Amino acid sequence: MTATITGLLVLAGGLFALLGGLGMLRLPDVLIRMHASTKIGTLASALTLLGAAAHFGTAEVWIRAVAIILFLFLTAPIAAHMVGRAAYLTRVPLWNTRDETAAPRPDAPPTEAPAGSRPAATRTGPVPAGE
Amino acid sequence: MFLEFSLIGAFALVVLALVLGFVRLVRGPSLPDRVVALDMMTVALVAFCALGAIFFEVSAFLDVAVVLALVGFLATVALSRYAERSNSMRDER
Repeated sequence: MTATITGLLVLAGGLFALLGGLGMLRLPDVLIRMHASTKIGTLASALTLLGAAAHFGTAEVWIRAVAIILFLFLTAPIAAHMVGRAAYLTRVPLWNTRDETAAPRPDAPPTEAPAGSRPAATRTGPVPAGE
Repeated sequence: MFLEFSLIGAFALVVLALVLGFVRLVRGPSLPDRVVALDMMTVALVAFCALGAIFFEVSAFLDVAVVLALVGFLATVALSRYAERSNSMRDER
């Protein structure tokens, strides 16, 4: 019974890890790819760690697994926020739904950017250089 | 028996996810792409450590998973700070 539960959890974790890898390879830009890295990656490792905890079944393994899962759930949004902020401030070219080949380059003049995309000169604030 | 098969299958799937993340790490056109790929590979390695703990019946691999999660978070934060910093230095030039 325990072996069956562990096997199912581990297989589900492996399938979600593969989905995260596929999304990392196939999705079009940084901000969309962060979905695959943070949410699906965290779900995959959480399922696998729960499988390990169910396999061993002792209290120390349960505590360790739950601690790792809580830590991942706490730190994945923070890391994703910082990476997204860096991607926005460095003006990484983004995918837009109108024309994939005409993604605005970071150094293009803002008149060439199609309407609906992010303006090239948008800066929400000064970059904290020496923070 | 089912546990062994599912463990081997999950090992294969996680390693395939690592390979796909590594392809994105090599191909990624910008620095934040590579940082995101490294973050995903670290989380997949945490899952790999948990699989190793089950497969070899050694619960000490979970300690490796703890340390890997910590170091991965710190690496992601430091690399994204570095990406912002290098951009602001390029603007001032």
